[in-house]
Amino acid sequence: MAEPAQPRPLPDPVTAREWLQTMLLIRRFEERAGEMYAKAKVGGFLHLAIGEEAAIVGCARALRDDDYLISTYRSHGHTLARGSDPNAVMAELFGREGGLCRGRGGSMHMFDLEHRFMGGYGIVGGNLPIAAGFGLASDYLGTEDATLCTFGDGAINQGTFGETMNLAALWKLPVVFLVTNNQFGMGTALERHSANTDLQERGQSFGVPGMRCDGMDVLDTHAVCTEALKIAREERQPVLVEAVTYRFRGHSMADPEEYRTKEQVAEWRKRDPIATFADRLQAEGVIKEGDEEQMDADAISVVDASVAFADASPFPSPQSLYDDIYVLGDQLQGWYSVDERGAGVSRGEHLGK
Amino acid sequence: MSTTTKRTREALNDALREEMQRDENVLLMGEDIGVFNGAFKVTNGLLKEFGEKRVRDTPISENTIVGMGVGAAMTGLRPVVELMTINFSLLAMDQIVNHAASIRYMFGGQVKVPLVVRMPQGAGHQLGPTHSHSWEALYLHAPGLLVAVPSTPADAKGLLKSAIRDDNPVIFIEHEYLYGQRGEVPDDPDYTVDFGKAAIRREGTDVTVVGISRMAVTAARAAETLASEHGISAEVIDPRTLRPLDLDTILASVRKTNRCLIVEEGWPHGGVGANLAALIQEQAFDWLDAPIGRVTGADVPMPYSKPLEQIAFPHEPQVVEAVRALFGE
Ligand SMILES: Cc1ncc(C[n+]2csc(CCOP(=O)(O)OP(=O)(O)O)c2C)c(N)n1
Ligand SMILES: [Mg+2]
Repeated sequence: MAEPAQPRPLPDPVTAREWLQTMLLIRRFEERAGEMYAKAKVGGFLHLAIGEEAAIVGCARALRDDDYLISTYRSHGHTLARGSDPNAVMAELFGREGGLCRGRGGSMHMFDLEHRFMGGYGIVGGNLPIAAGFGLASDYLGTEDATLCTFGDGAINQGTFGETMNLAALWKLPVVFLVTNNQFGMGTALERHSANTDLQERGQSFGVPGMRCDGMDVLDTHAVCTEALKIAREERQPVLVEAVTYRFRGHSMADPEEYRTKEQVAEWRKRDPIATFADRLQAEGVIKEGDEEQMDADAISVVDASVAFADASPFPSPQSLYDDIYVLGDQLQGWYSVDERGAGVSRGEHLGK
Repeated sequence: MSTTTKRTREALNDALREEMQRDENVLLMGEDIGVFNGAFKVTNGLLKEFGEKRVRDTPISENTIVGMGVGAAMTGLRPVVELMTINFSLLAMDQIVNHAASIRYMFGGQVKVPLVVRMPQGAGHQLGPTHSHSWEALYLHAPGLLVAVPSTPADAKGLLKSAIRDDNPVIFIEHEYLYGQRGEVPDDPDYTVDFGKAAIRREGTDVTVVGISRMAVTAARAAETLASEHGISAEVIDPRTLRPLDLDTILASVRKTNRCLIVEEGWPHGGVGANLAALIQEQAFDWLDAPIGRVTGADVPMPYSKPLEQIAFPHEPQVVEAVRALFGE
């Protein structure tokens, strides 16, 4: 287990409380999502980020509003941290019209353009080239926007990692690549999938310098990501940051966790990123006895409301099946997508535009 | 409308230049498209004219350059990515199908992906199985993509301009054989060809022959032989785009001629012809006087040896023979 980072100074009290509140929201949201999965309210795969809250909030709070954040299939927390409406995130899990993506994407494919959360992606390693594309556009258009792209330790062995490191360095793109090293790609431990387990080093031969942060510590993650973003933005130099963390729950809901011991999980749980941060805030007088409980109750009531919202939101109508495959212009939907399932070719006339 | 005789590669080059002049957010990315001027010289001179910001030589990283095109398209640019040949697009299948085609839909319509991926295909240069195949059926398969298969210089230009202006991801399939072919191309810089409008290359009354990509040219030649030597009047249709598909024009022709042959260079199983035959029989069964015929590439990885390669993709005599078979000849 990685050593904790040296203590970093706290931000101002309002900011510190907000970070704690957001981590609590993510924790409670994820727990409830798991419960809703067990009740079959949520379908498909569900990947929870419990244990990784500091790695999520630390990097998200290092971003400016106009920066882009792009992540993986484990991204409920990322989109919440970016400011997405929890109601819409829960409704997306429920597959409802009121979901962030109108129920088209589900747990693995969150997206919130308004908050520049540029997507969860279900293909391991698939988001790396896209992140570099955001960087290319920022550079081309001459904006100051930077991109932060999170991916897992397992994803670092995809071909897109090397291809993207090379291109981002070659074209001097303002992108920070954050490898969330939670010690496993599904059930395959880091040292069983990577010959070189020093992940922050893996970009160096491509010209991408590496940094490491304690992904169980929101302060350290925030500080390192802030520095990396500054380098990316001001020096036009992509950076690879490794956040060392641990997921407390299974890879997805269907995971008997035979690849690790209960003792190992218990060891890491001692460093729970929320409890340790709350203790620190209390020790330094930012919060007082009972504050965390109140903040936790607030998080739970937001999550309660999100479930109520999701439950009340209708399923998408069958008529909307063909919506948004294409940008239509003047065309009818069926002009592109011939509905061949019925007798007679439907050009989508019954669907309108 | 004034025209100039051009080769397909020049017509494509004009389209790229004009669209880059028209919209400064159009940029080109691809392997050897700049200093080398393009493996097939389609991008000839564009680096010199527009500079390195807009004409970008890339490393040999197909999946990632397409993926960067996807990301850049999502955030305000209109990238045109050239893949050296369509065979290499298989390395980019993930970004093309799992990402470019799906992103708008899976994110509930919040973004668009105005990306063009251009690449040539086709057999006949003795390049064996890794450099000779035709893959339009593969891309036609995926909802979310538009697919263009131009066969004339004028269509190549007009469709590429439309593709760059379109807000959807477009798979733009050129043909290596056609790059050197000449044709009349309108001079008007606002000339475009709409997607979803088939071209009737030759009018006829006895049989409808649909030719895809280069096979539209082969089919038109076969139609001349059918008329002069066999007294058969063939109507030749070039769909020009496979998605959207101008099924109406094809059905109207079949209802007139009552016979149909589809010619493509790709493999038979799950091919464009297989799909089109299904659509035609569903929609015009009562008008058919013979089973729908197909002439396709042979169901083999493309061989290198010249005589083998030549019999592994369709030529004019096979089309003539297949049409005559529809008449029991
Ligand atoms: C291309 C691809 N291969 C395999 C999978 C199946 N898969 C989903 S998550 C996963 C493990 C990825 O591990 P990591 O990158 O460490 O991310 P984590 O799940 O730990 O967040 C695998 C193999 C996939 N989604 N995409
Ligand atoms: Mg992992």
